[in-house]
Amino acid sequence: MKIRLNQKNIPLFATIAVFFLIYAIGGFMYSGFFSLRVFANLFIDNAFIGIIAIGMTFVIISGEIDLSVGSVIAFIGVLLASLVHDYAMHPMLAILICLVFGALFGCAMGCLIHFFQLPSFLVTLVGMFLARGLAFLLSLNSIPIKHPFFEELVDFGVQLTRKVWIPSTAMVFVAVFILGVYLSHFTKFGRNAYAIGGNEQSAILMGLPVGKTKILIFTLNGTLCALAGVVYSLYTMSGYPLACVGLELDVIAAVVIGGTLLTGGVGYVEGTLIGVLILGLIQTFITFQGTLSSWWTKIVVGVLLFVFILLQRYLSSAYSGKDMRSEETASDQGGQASAGATKEASR
Amino acid sequence: MSLKPSFLQNETTAKLIWPLAALSAIIVFNLLFTPGFFHIEIKDGHLFGSLIDILNRGAPVMLVSIGMTLVFATGGVDLSVGAVIAISGAIAAHIIRPDYVKGVIEYGEVAPLIWVIGIPLLISLVAGLWNGMLVAYIGVQPIIATLILMVAGRGIAQLITEGKIVVFIHEPFQYIGGGFLFGIPVPIVLVLATLVVTYLLTRRTALGIFIEAIGANPKASLYMGIRANVIKVAVYMFCALCAGVAGLIICSDIKAADANNAGLFLELDAIAAVIIGGTMWGGRFTVAGSIIGALIIQSLTTTILTRGIAPEITLVFKAVVIICVALIQSETFRQLIAGHLLKKEAGK
Repeated sequence: MKIRLNQKNIPLFATIAVFFLIYAIGGFMYSGFFSLRVFANLFIDNAFIGIIAIGMTFVIISGEIDLSVGSVIAFIGVLLASLVHDYAMHPMLAILICLVFGALFGCAMGCLIHFFQLPSFLVTLVGMFLARGLAFLLSLNSIPIKHPFFEELVDFGVQLTRKVWIPSTAMVFVAVFILGVYLSHFTKFGRNAYAIGGNEQSAILMGLPVGKTKILIFTLNGTLCALAGVVYSLYTMSGYPLACVGLELDVIAAVVIGGTLLTGGVGYVEGTLIGVLILGLIQTFITFQGTLSSWWTKIVVGVLLFVFILLQRYLSSAYSGKDMRSEETASDQGGQASAGATKEASR
Repeated sequence: MSLKPSFLQNETTAKLIWPLAALSAIIVFNLLFTPGFFHIEIKDGHLFGSLIDILNRGAPVMLVSIGMTLVFATGGVDLSVGAVIAISGAIAAHIIRPDYVKGVIEYGEVAPLIWVIGIPLLISLVAGLWNGMLVAYIGVQPIIATLILMVAGRGIAQLITEGKIVVFIHEPFQYIGGGFLFGIPVPIVLVLATLVVTYLLTRRTALGIFIEAIGANPKASLYMGIRANVIKVAVYMFCALCAGVAGLIICSDIKAADANNAGLFLELDAIAAVIIGGTMWGGRFTVAGSIIGALIIQSLTTTILTRGIAPEITLVFKAVVIICVALIQSETFRQLIAGHLLKKEAGK
């Protein structure tokens, strides 16, 4: 039992090792890389990615996927900006409306996935189109956000040292992270999510509230997306309908690099935090390097994603004690056969 | 399967009815409300008109959706087609103007057409091989395996063009995107050719049944002795090849390679076309349905443009159409509706 648990943790340890490796290389190559300020900036610049990545961790742990996050952020940004700028609404109320919208959006997608047995990939793809389209409908251009309340929000923060300052957005990220850790380890909701991802059939047979949990997971994810949208618009002080194209891939990459198994059932919110920080480090590294073009980020992220997926494959076959090949075919067939079974049953 | 051929055939045609109905609804709407929509004229021996335009503009999506249909039938998905389109276009432009990214404006020697077409398609095949190997031999889930190339591929394309939009003039190559063959635009001819080849390969040989078997029941197909891994790799390579051709069409049509925007969101359009066409994950597929799906998407876009409605709304329309079709295909939803109607009748 103890060995199995340790093996489950290997991806997490590998992630932490990679983080320190990149951090160490950066520190030796460039002066100032080790400073607290650079480290704090990791949290500030990646706050919005981190907030969604934590929602996405729950979605992936339960064996589903959400492709709509980038578009939802863009839509929330535009909605917030136009409510404040065009309708002169108080930002507090506007932010509340945004969060409620995010929750409803996520809840609707969860309902479609659960009640009509549609694949989550398809439903969230539609969500992606819809959110982006709605954002375009609201405005085609970038809308600036100018409101004293917003400036206060942005200026609100804690001065750690003379040079290091933690703004409210980074604090929101840390708060969401703590909430995620609490939900995943200490609540029924978290345990149900793991159980559904591990084996949905077993979860149903055990009498767990599968449907309710799934819908709740998507509602949580939608709310966190909206929150990330608010944080993002605080970060850029504007709402832009073309913002965050392709962000969902970065988020999924962060979750996978953080050691969450894509087949569901295994993963940690803590790992996701490290995954997000690794993405941030790669970007910082490339900024410090100066001559590398920014699209190297994408290539490095792709390579890291590949390495971690290979690691996951190797480990998941290692702990079942069988040889790799037979495990592969078995797990493949397990997934597809059950999909086939539901299809047959529905005919 | 051989027991009830007529019943099966009916089911295949029955599957096509919904998408066909949607397409005819759009066309009838245009017939009534858009003047000149059906006007096709011949200028200099070339066909012009809204209908031809729909076919022409929809060619990349149609091509990719043909490949995507086969990938879907094996129970997979290929998210990397947009990135492959970008790579293929970037390489073609790079071969035509190798020194452009270094700031050299002159052309040098005119690159022979065979290289300009051959090398990008070869690289596309390599991309497909990579996807297929990951899915078939390493056993990564298709969404994730192709996600890697989707993330990294656009970066590679950017690297080739160094972030610039490489513009070029190359008469023979421009023929692919903007030329006419017997009065028909070349992209349409390419789609038709791919369609015929796919039909012959999958319906006139056993390959189509093998593909369906792998998707519908991997275990049974294993016991039957189908070499699932080889077929999966071949299907992913075919899909990438289709994407490569689409990339050449797009690149040659705009006479430039734009690594950032070429094929952006095209994977979503292709997936939408396949789903609208009635191919679901794993099992039976209809390439004809996917073509109809692609045409629905394109004619929606063209209709919105010709009607003068804000084009931004296209995405919302697409979302609504896809979710409606998916719901109609969901058995639970049908039963819900059927149950509702029955209750009403009982009430009467």
